[in-house]
Amino acid sequence: MDQPLELSNITFSYGDGELRRAVLKDVSLSVAPGEIVILTGPSGSGKTTLLTLIGALRGMQEGSCLVLGQEMRGASEAARVALRRRIGFIFQNHNLLGFLSARQNVAMSLELHGGMNDADRLKRAGEMLAAVGLAEHADKRPAQLSGGQRQRVAVARALVAEPGLVLADEPTAALDRASGQEVVRLLSDLARRRGTPILLVTHDPRILDIADRIVAMEDGRIIDTSAASSPASH
Amino acid sequence: MDSFARHERPADAQAAVIRPRAGRLDALGLSVRLSWRQLRADRARLATAVAGVMFACVLVFMQLGFKGALFDSATNLLNSMRSDLFLMHPMTEASFRPEHIPRARAFQALADADVARAVPIYMAQASMRNPETGKRRMVQVIGLDVTANAVQFEGLAPLAPALTRPDTFAFDRRSRPEFGPVDEMFQRHGPFQVQLGTKMLELVGLVDIGPSFGADGNAVMNELNFRRIFSRQASQTDLVALRLRPGADIPTVQQRLRTLLPDDVLVLTHQELVAAERAYWENGTPIGFIFVFGSIMGLVVGMVIVYQILFADVAGHLSEYATLKAMGYSNAYLSGVVLGAAVILAVVGFIPGLVTSLLLYDVVAKGTFLPLHMPLDRALGVFSLIFGMCFVAGLLAMRKLRDANPADMF
Repeated sequence: MDQPLELSNITFSYGDGELRRAVLKDVSLSVAPGEIVILTGPSGSGKTTLLTLIGALRGMQEGSCLVLGQEMRGASEAARVALRRRIGFIFQNHNLLGFLSARQNVAMSLELHGGMNDADRLKRAGEMLAAVGLAEHADKRPAQLSGGQRQRVAVARALVAEPGLVLADEPTAALDRASGQEVVRLLSDLARRRGTPILLVTHDPRILDIADRIVAMEDGRIIDTSAASSPASH
Repeated sequence: MDSFARHERPADAQAAVIRPRAGRLDALGLSVRLSWRQLRADRARLATAVAGVMFACVLVFMQLGFKGALFDSATNLLNSMRSDLFLMHPMTEASFRPEHIPRARAFQALADADVARAVPIYMAQASMRNPETGKRRMVQVIGLDVTANAVQFEGLAPLAPALTRPDTFAFDRRSRPEFGPVDEMFQRHGPFQVQLGTKMLELVGLVDIGPSFGADGNAVMNELNFRRIFSRQASQTDLVALRLRPGADIPTVQQRLRTLLPDDVLVLTHQELVAAERAYWENGTPIGFIFVFGSIMGLVVGMVIVYQILFADVAGHLSEYATLKAMGYSNAYLSGVVLGAAVILAVVGFIPGLVTSLLLYDVVAKGTFLPLHMPLDRALGVFSLIFGMCFVAGLLAMRKLRDANPADMF
């Protein structure tokens, strides 16, 4: 089977002329099906830029980036939008729509995919919310939920459409220790059960233990790749 | 086998065409639903936006209503002069300031076999004293042969015998109330004396015409009385009404009269006569422009309000919009959400705007005696204006969506 993610020799710079500054230098990385990879490194190391390239949120410059079998280099805007629908995104902030209930927010992910009517979408969304332990909060607005609950809704939203890849950026940054742990644990459990690979950027040393592999970046290069000390096998 | 394959192909092609279209329709419905949910979430903001659209709506309706009413009322007098053809001086711009035409033209017109009657009409303005308060106001006086039955003002025919007596006139009961409770007094006491110009005349009856721009009220009298009061020469008249024989074709007779009569008269149908008067008020005065300008101002203010609301909705939810883009929602879809909100505001604001305008039309019509009414084409026209206004506001607010960049989300 093809690797869900295959990066080779990616170089990326911001700015022009004298202000040109390379943030990614010759980065190569691949993620296997079902693998959970944590990307760490100091700020400015280029990990966020890498995530935006993989997520088709930014145009490529040099190198090759194969995401779910789709080459991102020279991909059109339409192709990138189409690819994003097959990726689950989780951000630092939940970014839920305040005027929709948790269930409707999750269903928004499904509206992009045809072949379901509204009732089916809401049912699927409800099941997903139950899977993240929010069955009884499904009809609340985000403002009525705690920070950890909101991030769990965001996890449900990222996973409900059965993406081929999940990209998460500091999902615990806005949460306290306990709810952060819980969110990441849920994410990794659900992804493992479905065989969905995860690429997760974090500074948070407390969640490193969920990873199969930890990739450290510094100054735009990958400096170290190590198997995690205790891969979550439970 | 061959025919089967031939049959199969077009059906396939059709399915391929229909499917994405259905998907697009579905997406349109979902984006409009999202706009509605977003609008509904903030009731205060929704109320402001609807009030803004309503305001623009009412303003435009009132401006157009006044404009229509004033032009309608400007032509009240000519409108109620029902006859087949009219002779008018080509230099007459408006009926309250007519150029004289030779009375001889009326008799010349009779030379045509299809012209049955030719009745000269004399017009002048005079002041009339309010019988109650004694205050004077300008009234339009129309003098014509009341027995000829060529011009049928409503209520005139039964008064004809009384009007042929010296120093009598009929008053327009729809004149502005500043002339006093003439109608009521007449109903109670019958004929009474009123000062018109410098003479005391007997008011012997009431007709229905309606006030116009040029004058606040109308008085109709017999030709002879008119000429005595205004000391006008009989040979100089202002308008000639022509009645044709039954079955005569009006355009044909009009054409014949045009060749028959000299260039100092125009031959007009009733419709053309009214249109010429209306055109004077619309084009010869700044009145039309004033109302159009007022309407445009209303639309601009409405557009700014709607734009502000939509812009604030986008600007306040940039990260949510960026997230939707990251999830794979296209720019076009999100633009549809903003435009959908604009269109919803147009519809939701128009309905109370229309209802309010109808109520105001009623109140204003009672207060000013202007004929305010709501023709269907005006309602539809204003709806398209409001729709366009909201649509443009939506297009402007849509530009803010560009600031929602999913690459900034990480």
